[in-house]
Formats: sequence, structure tokens, C-alpha cells
Amino acid sequence: MTMTKGEPARPGAAAPARGRRSHVPADGTATAAAVEHARKEMLHEVRSRKRTRIGADALMEALIRQGADVLFSYPGGVILPIYDILGDYPEIRHILVRHEQGGGHAADGYARASGRVGVCMGTSGPGATNLVTAIATAQLDSVPLVAITGNVPAALLGKDAFQEIDITGITLPMTKHNYLVRDADAIPHVVAEAFYLAKHGRPGPVHIDLTKDALQQETHAEHPSLDDVIAGLPGFRPTIEGHPRQLKLAAREIAEAKRPLVLAGHGVLIAEAWDELRAFAEKAQIPVAWTLLGIGAIDEEHPLAYGYMGMHGWKHVNRAIQSADLLIAIGMRFDDRVTGNVRTYAPYARIIHADIDPAEIGKNVAVEVPIVGDAKAVLAGLTRLVHPVEPEARADYLAELASLRRESEGSSWHGSGAWRDGLLSADYVVTRIGELTDHVATYVADVGQNQMWLARYTRFRRPHSHISSGGLGTMGFSVPAAMGAALGNPAAETWAITGDGGFQMTSQELMTLAADRIPVKIAVLDNKKLGMIRQWQEIIYAGNYHSSHLPGPDFVKLAEAYGIPAFKATTTDDVDRTIRAAQAVDGPALIWFEIAEEQNVFPMMPAGKGLSDLIETWGAPEE
Amino acid sequence: MSGDHPHPAHTAPPPRAIPGSGEARRHILVVLVLDRPGVLNRVASLMRARNFNIDSLAVSRTDRDHVSRMTLTLHGDDVAVEQAAKQLYRLVDVLKVQDVTADQVVEHELAFVKVRAGDGNRAEVIKIVELYKGRVVDIAPESVIVEATGTEAEIDALVALLRGYGIKELVRTGAVVMLRGAGSIEESSGRGPAGASPRPSEGEDQVDVEVAGTTDGGRN
Repeated sequence: MTMTKGEPARPGAAAPARGRRSHVPADGTATAAAVEHARKEMLHEVRSRKRTRIGADALMEALIRQGADVLFSYPGGVILPIYDILGDYPEIRHILVRHEQGGGHAADGYARASGRVGVCMGTSGPGATNLVTAIATAQLDSVPLVAITGNVPAALLGKDAFQEIDITGITLPMTKHNYLVRDADAIPHVVAEAFYLAKHGRPGPVHIDLTKDALQQETHAEHPSLDDVIAGLPGFRPTIEGHPRQLKLAAREIAEAKRPLVLAGHGVLIAEAWDELRAFAEKAQIPVAWTLLGIGAIDEEHPLAYGYMGMHGWKHVNRAIQSADLLIAIGMRFDDRVTGNVRTYAPYARIIHADIDPAEIGKNVAVEVPIVGDAKAVLAGLTRLVHPVEPEARADYLAELASLRRESEGSSWHGSGAWRDGLLSADYVVTRIGELTDHVATYVADVGQNQMWLARYTRFRRPHSHISSGGLGTMGFSVPAAMGAALGNPAAETWAITGDGGFQMTSQELMTLAADRIPVKIAVLDNKKLGMIRQWQEIIYAGNYHSSHLPGPDFVKLAEAYGIPAFKATTTDDVDRTIRAAQAVDGPALIWFEIAEEQNVFPMMPAGKGLSDLIETWGAPEE
Repeated sequence: MSGDHPHPAHTAPPPRAIPGSGEARRHILVVLVLDRPGVLNRVASLMRARNFNIDSLAVSRTDRDHVSRMTLTLHGDDVAVEQAAKQLYRLVDVLKVQDVTADQVVEHELAFVKVRAGDGNRAEVIKIVELYKGRVVDIAPESVIVEATGTEAEIDALVALLRGYGIKELVRTGAVVMLRGAGSIEESSGRGPAGASPRPSEGEDQVDVEVAGTTDGGRN
């Protein structure tokens, strides 16, 4: 070795540890410090402040300027330039997910829980395609998401290079907008524009695909002002205020209606219009029903809060819709799960429909009074215009609705009744989770029966407390979305309520929860079935149970293998104890609820039928 | 379920109409877009995804920088086509969509038709073409290329006549239109991409989208 040539410059310097001689002066002088720094820099232990600013820096700066504080991501070849500088940006917490889909759903959950834009990232090719399900989920539910992917260097685009895929071609129909960026100088503007588009107007996912060379090029591009961003989007001018003439027409309809009903959708929550909704409902004394994503728009304990509508909604709510003479739909889109057969939907009702997206109005049902605008502005405008109504003036109507409600909630098949046979039933579990969390936690559903039980029985009292993949119906959503929700709203206890099927789709994120100590409480409602599939097979496919039986692992052992405390509940008596035990854990925890295997969600409106064609029971109750 | 509603049975309501299920007719949409990479793909992809069938599509630059103009023809009822227009407005690069079906417009497309024509019938073919205000732009021993402009129906008629001689090749541009009179689709859009002009007044919105009376205007 020739290193011995580098003798300490000065005699008397402290001998290096372990008797090895070093060429580095260890005398505490500035020179020594500089040399030590250079050594560490060479070994990538520290980074020089004087390196050039590259596209990846512009990206991180832009994210920080937009207020992003968490990045859910998974590294890969072409985004290594970002990972190479990520350590220089401690403002952004990087969550290393175990699969890009988990990262996408986590960013979605973060956005829904916080009202801010969620950010996820993946590499080119499979990293990008793994994000697609999460992007589509955000698109269908109007969630502000910025999804970032890397792509191969611009010169290789179109050459079928390693891990190259035309990801902007794939995300084009499922994003609000997308970009392919080949030039580092474009990055600041594109990122600012992406965030602006994601959260303004009707929110949605925006995808930015960046070539590797764009990330590596040196750039001096400056970050644009908000005015610059808006000026660059001449085709994007969302209407916020409802047209005064339309508001007046709506107020006239409301004044004449005898059986009005508000249908509150996700738009109320997105616009943060819950106070305006309550004020409107109280002033005009109009009961409020809600869609799946409208849950939490009004406190369920409010006297005018009437219930969850649609395919598995409450019978009294669907009956109220079918007998209403006026529907005031705010920020919802008459999805087929809400209307059933449109031809028989709300046959006596005139419809006022307010939405920020004009394309939603008249898309699924024809309406009498369209109002384009933001839910907050529209509700405030309507509240100003409507005449105050005394509860006595609607006494008959409200009493009739209350009676329908008592009948519906008191029905023996209000849930499944399974607990009456000593079986652990899902509706009981979600009811207790709601009660033991004071109805103010963040509850993140998966898809299927668990989602419907949660929507029906948990009783939500806080806006943004309920998170669910409504439009796309993405199984596997719950655990990763709850991970994001817990970071988006750390003040709220966060529960992932999932079936055994959906849980097994993304359970790899247990490791992320454990590694990053993200305190999500997971309730696995395990009926060893794809329960909703089984239910349809029982009722619509003559009991042909192909592939709906779904054996799973020992979920307690699985969680413990990840270092997550886990509990098992098999009887009704275990429920409270295990919920409290999970709550007592400082960090993530899992409860395995072994529930009745053949429990159904009732009522049920078969696809293609109308809201008056609800199936309320099936066969005889079990003995 | 008579208990479900307060109304007597004899007032049983008619079924709700399903939007877009009315009588289909040909519509012409003029779409002004920002000339950005992929904008044609966005428009085409949207129309496919939303289950609208484009009959023809013509794209060109305009006299304004960074603004392109598309002319789409499609079949559908008024509500369905209005829905197509509103979906197009959701595209960030779309500046303006106008259904000019009910407007006074000049509408033409251009066609080239390569027709079998030899010494025996060349004169006859040329005669027909002249009657239709077309012209012959290439002559070869066994064929001629006919150029014609006109409405879709006029071109259809010429093509039908030429078919008897044998058409070797046919290409049509699809319709382009312009409003008659002083009115301008571009100017009334009120949105120059560079000028960052304010969004049109509510009144103008009203005019744009009240085609089928299902919205009060506004764009997203």
C-alpha cells in the first residue's frame, strides 16, 4: 500500500484508531475538517453544498413550495437521480412503501384525510403501471393527487428501452391532466401547474412523467408565480359562484316543495361546505341524505341527518327519495349505485343539481334546475335566498320520515341479525369500533361488504372521518389509504376496516406501517369469503359459489411476523376487549375478527333494479 | 309500495327519460384547443372513452399562435352531444367548444377521387366532374384524380356517380365550417391563450351551453 506516504503532516498528531495510520490530519484544524469532509463526500456520507442544481432539485423544491410534506414512493433506476438528492430535503418525509400501488393509495388517503394534495412516486415501467390503479381510484373519486413517475432518457423514448412504457398514454384517460417532461427547465412550471389543477375546480389526479435526463440536467429555471400558472391555463376557469338566476330558480323550487330532500355528495366535503350545508338544512328544514362519499358532510346525530342512500343504503332513505317532490343534489353525480334504474328513480321529484363540473349535470339524470358552482358558494347562496321554515311547518313530512326511519332501523334485518345466533357479526364490530372511538376517528373502508357495513353502522360525526374507494371500488385500498390518512391527519385515530380479501391484496404495507411506526389500527373482518361476491352468487346466481370461498392465513401470526401487535376476536364478547387493546398499542395494531361466514348486507338493490325494488331478506333467518 | 309516496295511484308518473336517448342527428362541433403535444390524442381518447362515435375530424392551425381548431362531426341527440361538449371542456387544453349545428355556416370538405378513366370514357368523367364544380388534377392513361369541395352531401353525390366508372382510391378531409356573417367563433371565445383574458361573462356562458337547456353554463 502506498497510503503510508500520506503521513500525518505534523508530528504529534493523535494516532488513528486501531493503530492504522491515516493520511488525514486529525488535529482539529480547518484543513483537517475540510479533508474529512471531502473524504465523507467521496463516500457519500455527506453532500457538498456546492453541487449544481439539477432537474431533481427543481422537482423537490417545487414540491416543497407546494406544501408537500410526505412523499410515498418506491425507488427504481430512472428515478435514482431523485433518490440521490432526496436526503438534502428533510422538509419532505419520504415513506418507503412496499409496492407502488400502496404508495398511490397512501397519497390518496393522505389527501382525503387532510384536504391537501397527496404525492406519490414510482419509477418507469412496472413502477409506473403499479401506480395506475391508485391513480384511477383518485380519478373516480375526485381526489387531488400528484403522481410522479420517471421514464427512460428522452433519446430512448419509443425504443422499447428497459423498463420503458408509454405511461402518459396509459394515464391520459384516467387523470385530470398529465405531462411528459423531457427538459429540466420545464419542471418548476409543470409541478406548480399540476398542483394547481389537482386541487382547483373539481379535484383529481395529475400525473407527471419525467425522463431521467430531465432529472439529471442542470437547470436554473425559476419557480413560477401563481399568476403565471393561471395565465398558462387559459382553458381552465372553473365556475365557483352559482349563477344568480339559477339560485333564484332553485330557491323558488324549494319554497314550493312539500317533500324536499338534500342529497349531499363528496363535493360538500371537498368544498369544506359542511357548515353551509347544515345552515341551509336548518334554515329550510330539509332532511339530508348522503352518498357513500358524502358521509360526514353532516353529523349523523343532527336531527336533519337522514341517512345513507343507494344500493345498500337505508330503506327509509331510499323510500324518502322515491316519494320526494324535490331533490336538492349538491356535489354528487347520480351514480348508478345511487339511482339504480334511472327510469324509475325518484318518480315524483323535480331535481336541483349543483356541481362544480358542468359535465356531471344532465349526464345521468335530466334535471330541472342546474347550478354550476362550488358546493360552498352554492349552499351559501341558497341559504341566503330561501325563506326560513319552522319545523312545525314540515311537521307531517318530518314525522312521516321519522316513522319510516324507525321502521327501517328497527327491522330485524337491519343488520344481518347474525349476532343474535351467537355469531360474531360485522355490523356489530363496526358499530362498536364507532362507539369506542367516539365516532371521530378516521375510518378507512376497503371494498365490498365491509365497506357497506362501515357506511351503514359506524355513525360518522366529523367531516373527512370516512374514507372509501367509491367510484372505482378498489379492493386493497383500506390499509395503504389508512397509512396515508394517518399521516395526513395525525390528530385523529386511524382505523383501516377491511375484509379478508382486500386485506390480502395489499398486506405488504404492514411492513411500511411497522417500519415507519404509523399508528393505523387494522380491523380485518374475516368471513373467509369474498363476501359481496358470495352474496351476489347466493341471490342472483342461484348459489353457484365459484371462487368466493377465500381461505386466508393466520392474520395474527402474519401481523406479528411484521412486528405488529395483533389480537383475535371470535365472539361478540371479544370485540370491546380487542378494540381497546389495539387502541392501547403505541403504533400499528391489527385485530382479526372471525365473523359469520354467510352474513349478507341488507337491504340490497340488485343491479338494474330501482330504489323501490329492495331485497330486504333472503331465505329464512338462520335458526 | 303505494305507501312509499303520498300521491294517489292514478297519478303514477311516467318513467324518467334517460339523457341522450332522444333522436340522433348529425352535429358539428368546433373545438378550439391549445396546440400542445398530445392534444389530438386527448380529444380522440375522450370521445372514444365516453362512447361517442366521431364521423369526421379535421384539425388545423388558426391565425392565433398556439391555438388549433378541430371540427368534429358526430351523431347523437342534442343532450348527448351537449354532454360530449361538456366532457371536452374538462380537458385542460380545450379553450372553447361550440355546437354550430343550428347556426348559419359555410361547410365544406375536400375530396380526392382516383377514378378509372381511359380514352373511352375520360371525357364523360370530366364532364360529370365539371357539373359538380370539381376539377381534374391528374391524368394518367387509365385513371384521373378528381378534386372536389362541397358539403358532405355534395361529395357523397359526386362519389356515387363516379362509382359507376370504378373508384380506385378515395380520400376526404372531413368537414370544416365557418359561421356566416361577421360573427367569429374564435373572437367570441373571449379567451386568448396569451392574453389571459378574464373568463367570459355568465351571459356569454349562457349562450354557449344552453343548447339543450340542461345546464346554466360554466366550465370546468
